Amino acid sequence: MEYGFTTAAYVVAAVLFILSLGGLSGQESAKRAVWYGIAGMALAVAATLIGPGAGLWLLSLLLIAGGAIIGYQLATRVQMTQMPELVAAMHSLVGLAAVFVGLIAHIELGRVLAMDAEQRAALDGFAALLAKKDGVEISILRVELFLGIFIGAVTFTGSVVAYGKLAGKVNSAAKKLPGGHMLNAAAAALAVLCLIWYFNTGGFFPLFLMTLAALFIGYHLIMGIGGADMPVVVSMLNSYSGWAAAAIGFSLGNDLLIVVGALVGSSGAILSYIMCKAMNRSFISVILGGFGGSAGPAMEVEGEQIAIDADGVAAALEDADSVIIIPGYGMAVAQAQQNVAELTRRLRAKGKNVRFAIHPVAGRLPGHMNVLLAEAKVPYDIVLEMDEINDDFPSTDVAIVIGSNDIVNPAAQDDPNSPIAGMPVLECWKAKQVFVSKRGQGTGYSGIENPLFFKDNTRMFYGDAKKSLEDLLTRIT
Amino acid sequence: MLIGTPKEQIKGERRVALTPESARALAKLGHTALIESGAGVEAGFSDAAYAEAGVEVVQNAGVVWSKSDIVAKVRPPSEGELAQMREGQTLISFFNPAGNDALMEQARDKGASVIAMEMVPRISRAQKMDALSSMANIAGYRAVIEAGNNFGRFFTGQVTAAGKVPPARVLVIGAGVAGLAAIGTATSLGAITLAFDVRPEVAEQIESMGAEFVYLDFEESSQNSAATGGYAAPSSPEFREKQLEKFRELAPDIDIVICTALIPNREAPELWTEDMVKAMKPGSVIVDLAAEKGGNCKLTVPDEKIVTDNGVTIVGYTDFPSRMASQASTLYSTNIRHMLTDLTPKKDGVVDHNMEDDVIRGATVTHKGEITWPPPPPKVKAIAAAPKKEKPRELTAEEKKANELAAFKAQTRNQVTLLAVGALLLLGVGLVAPASFMQHFIVFVLAVFVGFQVIWGVAHSLHTPLMAVTNAISSIIILGALMQIGSGSFLVILLAALSVFMAGINIFGGFLVTRRMLAMFQKS
Repeated sequence: MEYGFTTAAYVVAAVLFILSLGGLSGQESAKRAVWYGIAGMALAVAATLIGPGAGLWLLSLLLIAGGAIIGYQLATRVQMTQMPELVAAMHSLVGLAAVFVGLIAHIELGRVLAMDAEQRAALDGFAALLAKKDGVEISILRVELFLGIFIGAVTFTGSVVAYGKLAGKVNSAAKKLPGGHMLNAAAAALAVLCLIWYFNTGGFFPLFLMTLAALFIGYHLIMGIGGADMPVVVSMLNSYSGWAAAAIGFSLGNDLLIVVGALVGSSGAILSYIMCKAMNRSFISVILGGFGGSAGPAMEVEGEQIAIDADGVAAALEDADSVIIIPGYGMAVAQAQQNVAELTRRLRAKGKNVRFAIHPVAGRLPGHMNVLLAEAKVPYDIVLEMDEINDDFPSTDVAIVIGSNDIVNPAAQDDPNSPIAGMPVLECWKAKQVFVSKRGQGTGYSGIENPLFFKDNTRMFYGDAKKSLEDLLTRIT
Repeated sequence: MLIGTPKEQIKGERRVALTPESARALAKLGHTALIESGAGVEAGFSDAAYAEAGVEVVQNAGVVWSKSDIVAKVRPPSEGELAQMREGQTLISFFNPAGNDALMEQARDKGASVIAMEMVPRISRAQKMDALSSMANIAGYRAVIEAGNNFGRFFTGQVTAAGKVPPARVLVIGAGVAGLAAIGTATSLGAITLAFDVRPEVAEQIESMGAEFVYLDFEESSQNSAATGGYAAPSSPEFREKQLEKFRELAPDIDIVICTALIPNREAPELWTEDMVKAMKPGSVIVDLAAEKGGNCKLTVPDEKIVTDNGVTIVGYTDFPSRMASQASTLYSTNIRHMLTDLTPKKDGVVDHNMEDDVIRGATVTHKGEITWPPPPPKVKAIAAAPKKEKPRELTAEEKKANELAAFKAQTRNQVTLLAVGALLLLGVGLVAPASFMQHFIVFVLAVFVGFQVIWGVAHSLHTPLMAVTNAISSIIILGALMQIGSGSFLVILLAALSVFMAGINIFGGFLVTRRMLAMFQKS
């Protein structure tokens, strides 16, 4: 049976999805674009339910409704600071679903192949689709569903670990089992062997073995990556979940799955690329974990960190005409975004030019800081990207660094031996005065000493970011 | 060790190299001090104050010279003073080694060590003993005060009941330590201050002091003072011409000129010419801090104040620091004390004249019967060489065109190569894969292509919503599960049902959370 209507609906849905992603180029068009996505999804599901997925449609509808309730709860309850965890958790669901769908395809294939011609003719639905395939097509199908399951399984465990790390349920430090990357390589080699085995026999066992290997790779790979590299990891998993969907699309012969999978896959790949570029590191080095070895001894940092209290900061802010705030993960951890926003409102009410500088890898998710500031009702047109604002620091009176460290480290520019040498950074030290809100004197995630803290025009505003800002707010009316 | 300070012999010199305060600090290093009676009187330090600080006061200079191990002075010693020195004794004072060969030889023959305070290298560590800077600072301040003393108007502009008073316009030439001090003083008195220096990198310092930097429109690669230890070097005739032209243009509007331009070991360059003086308004004041080296203005008479025919006062005093003897002595004695701190690393009163030390080596001009001047260049550069500035050179039209063409060609080459490789790969796949696969494959490649084109346009600030929405739409995998759910065994139904359920969570969760986030983005 051919479903002309379904195909037409799929084409419309694909176009809607593309528009939905394209609309994210601006804040206003994005609000419309998300409806395109919703419409596209509704259309695709409805068309499938009416057409090729008509079997047990009532059960399907009930399940979707059940999922909807949980999804709704999740979406309305989640804190904006928890977005990274939510995204990671949702990736794991897609990954697991891909594994299941792949397994079903395998089971059905086995069933169909065991039938004789007469029985095949009587089949309908998915099985009928399989029954029409010839020898080469079945071989290709095997490769496709094998790939789908492999990527899906890596995505699943990888996302679960990423979720654990982001939610603080697993220690976010990079950790590896003894053997390190050799274990990953061994597991990958095993998966390749399984592919050859499965390709020739079509048995369940190699598929199962490969699934275990893939689950292990996902787990171990992400365990070996530290907290600050999470933006890359989450983007990468985002990409994988897309490729998994595309691979499954191939095995099911469903073009819409292929199109959407490819869109999501390339989206995640581009995000990973942008994040890596912002850290001046190659994708491989991030994924394999740890910073590259430094080429020599780091530059000696001279001077001392000079502390300042809330009165001093308040006085400097009173005098300043232009202020740039640089938020980082520390702001999210301390849940200080509301106080930051309140400070911004008060300073703006006094006619001061207050802006935000966002580094691409600030936080644990691409764009994380933008969402937090938006939640606190900071207008998005004063929230600027690194390239837009970096040249403005020399003409700025006060720069406030809240809970960021490596992204404002001048060593990236000055010290060729620094592990982060060459990474683009926000040049806040060029401002007349810099205040750094920070818990204590320790080094950041990467363990790199930050010469910014020792500069003559830098004052350290020690303490929990939320607490410090509350103090500050009592002094600025 | 015993550190002695005689009374300065040069007439009009009121400074003293030891104060009661510095004597107390020296005691902590294990040294004892000795002073000639009346040495500090003109700087405001009585013999009684010294005695109270534990300094032995002696009646005549001869005792100071014969008893002390180290003699600290301000001005270079006279021949007579040097003659009283003995082998192994150390003298710390200004010495002007570049123009004082005879004295240097005399000191060598005596076997005395001489530490010349003006030779202290300009490195960060030695700033605390940089007497030239501390004296220049005073000179810069005093120059403005002296100018104000001779200037008949307010510095600051005022609107009074009796009428409007325009602010004074001050031009500071040379933004070294003295120049910067003059700028600071003039601006804090309320004058409109302009400043010029041949080293463009000091523009930032000038502006930070509140003055306006006078820019020259000049092409030549400007001076980098890092190579000359932070001092200015002579400039080319063309540059000078341009500079004078600018000054000529400014002269009629300037009320006060403070000249501080000096080049080490050279006569002061003439920067304020006679015709500029003529162009100035009557009542204007020129203070020439370079008077000792011939003056930046050739009309300057050293040590005197003159008034020109058109009523411009030119102050050529050379003893500005001495005119503020108390302040100058405090700072100078502190410089001396820091030098002694470095000479007494163990703080046990034993001097270790360490010739390996950059600062001590640099300042020592004679030691152990040898002339050690001029010193080798210090191991530490005074100022880190300014990074070569990428000059945004104006490209000519042809160059621009050529660049564009080259970029276009490179891009074309890139794209063509990529396309060729891609086409070959596709062809390769097409050769082995069946037609049904190729259909899907083409869709896949096109979708990746569209995806790349579309995603590059996404705003950075919307990356989190992008992830949430891609998450939601990657649940399109639900279609696969829906297609399979009606087909086959219980196991299949179970797995498919689970997939549908999970994808359902994702679809709704993803879209709703995206909507929630996007609704938060507000314009101001």
